[in-house]
Amino acid sequence: MRPAVVVTGISGNLGRALAKQLHRHERIIGIDRRPFVGKPKDIEMHQLDLRKKKAEDVFRHGDIKAVIHMGIMHDPRMSPEEHHSFNVIGTTRLLDYCARYGVERLVMLSSANVYGPSPDNSNFLSEDAPLMAASRFSGVRDLIEVDMLAHGFFWRQPSVATVILRPVHIVGPTIKNAPSNYLRLKYPWALAGFDPMVQLIHVDDVARALIEALRPEPKGVYNVVGPGEVPLSGIFRELGRTALPVPHPLARPLLKRLFKYRLATFPVEELDHVQFLCAVDGSRWAQDTGWKPRCSMRETIRSVLGE
Amino acid sequence: MLERLGDDVVRGLKRWTEAMVGGPLDEKMAALRRSENEYGVDPFGFNLDYALAAIAPLLWLYKHYHRVEVFGLEKVPKGQVLLVSNHSGQLPMDAAMIGVALLTQATPPRAIRSMVEKWVPSLPYVSTFMARVGQIVGTPENCRRLLAAGEAILVFPEGAKGIAKLWSQRYQLQDFGLGFMRLALETKTPVVPIAVVGAEEQAPALVNLGPVARLLGFPAFPLTPTGLPVPLPTKYRIYFGDPLFFTGRADDEDAELDKKVRVVKGAIQAMLENGRRERKHVFW
Repeated sequence: MRPAVVVTGISGNLGRALAKQLHRHERIIGIDRRPFVGKPKDIEMHQLDLRKKKAEDVFRHGDIKAVIHMGIMHDPRMSPEEHHSFNVIGTTRLLDYCARYGVERLVMLSSANVYGPSPDNSNFLSEDAPLMAASRFSGVRDLIEVDMLAHGFFWRQPSVATVILRPVHIVGPTIKNAPSNYLRLKYPWALAGFDPMVQLIHVDDVARALIEALRPEPKGVYNVVGPGEVPLSGIFRELGRTALPVPHPLARPLLKRLFKYRLATFPVEELDHVQFLCAVDGSRWAQDTGWKPRCSMRETIRSVLGE
Repeated sequence: MLERLGDDVVRGLKRWTEAMVGGPLDEKMAALRRSENEYGVDPFGFNLDYALAAIAPLLWLYKHYHRVEVFGLEKVPKGQVLLVSNHSGQLPMDAAMIGVALLTQATPPRAIRSMVEKWVPSLPYVSTFMARVGQIVGTPENCRRLLAAGEAILVFPEGAKGIAKLWSQRYQLQDFGLGFMRLALETKTPVVPIAVVGAEEQAPALVNLGPVARLLGFPAFPLTPTGLPVPLPTKYRIYFGDPLFFTGRADDEDAELDKKVRVVKGAIQAMLENGRRERKHVFW
């Protein structure tokens, strides 16, 4: 049998989009706690937790050449302990298996959110900018830790070519992350007087980027940018919505209560993303791989509507 | 509703600008539109239509209130350049007037980028306004990126100490930051010194209320006789000096950089004194 590509977190929206693109070219082994609905027949699926011993068997028995790791969760409602354990211990184990079972290449999905929105940010952050997100939003602490674990592994373990992708806000018809949910709101809020430049990328483009990262050239950390940047107000205009401008000293305490009583799905810290800049420079990725997103800005924005 | 109202206001103001400049601007400004995407903004959030609308009231002030006279505008070289000016007046009218001069008087027109304080992005409305008219937070990365794109960048090395100058400190250049010189050396960018005469008298401040400033998170809180920093109709004279070229190491010791910075400071001080000698009165 051909050497396989292990994909963690394959049952999520992005995982399924990736699997659909990749399974025609590579043998895929999927690992996820959730069942893979609508799994193509040629994908070998293991429904298990990365932290369990059984996950090691997948590596021990299969001939694995590459790993795409996106089995990382971000759910503000989950208990912080479980959250942290799943992400950090899961990733630590996975890195260990990669080193021990001769995996040649590891592609890790991180996020441009690790830099964090802030009024001090440069308009375009490059890969060496400090990861400041947790200074204002402790809920993203383990996403940063996971990114740094992989970064450390990149230096420590030269036998495994490690690529860390930090894509901008991922949106798509079935994606349920904060930016997609926010743009799908019928009556969204905006912060009065703030209209930051926002970068979005279509889920299919992220899947393509992850596959691109399996090629031999890319190495190290990359920001991945979609079709460019647009003011938040421009996005709402494209979607035919009008955001309700709420003064920011009012919006914060209000959203805090709403979140507490489960009337809103956004933790208050997410407001930083509609107030301040967190845009990145994707030129290194474009240079090393000749990257061009396939979805236009219009398609990317409208994708949240399921078009 | 609000959006349509906003669009109408932008169109109306843009027509006012065109009336004052005397003719349609779209053709003249075509080159400035190059980097715009389908949503009308460049990657930094600059929007030419918005900028042309926003300058209408400033252009009126330029022509009829401060009656700006510009000298040596042709000395600004093409492509990347650092414009270094004195800073004063409590409100950054000096930046606005330099910007209007370069956008409406220079051929070809130039949309300058100035480096704004880091607290600007945390101010509602001001942050959006600044971004749409092309003003950027003053980080070294932003400056490098814009210079590489061939932009003209306006720097006030006096910073907040300059704009908050008291009446007794007028035309006394405060300490210059060294950051602009490091960038000029690193990116081999010519430096054009600028002296703005007239802005230093526009809003005489008597005291700076430090504790109030700290309370509000402002860099300074100068108090003028009226309480508000409303500019008086002083006559502006803006002098552009010959471009200065510097060579050397960008990571040199501060003392070495300071020598070069003093050359720029000296050029501005000389133009300031010359300008004050030439004028007959603060108001005309």
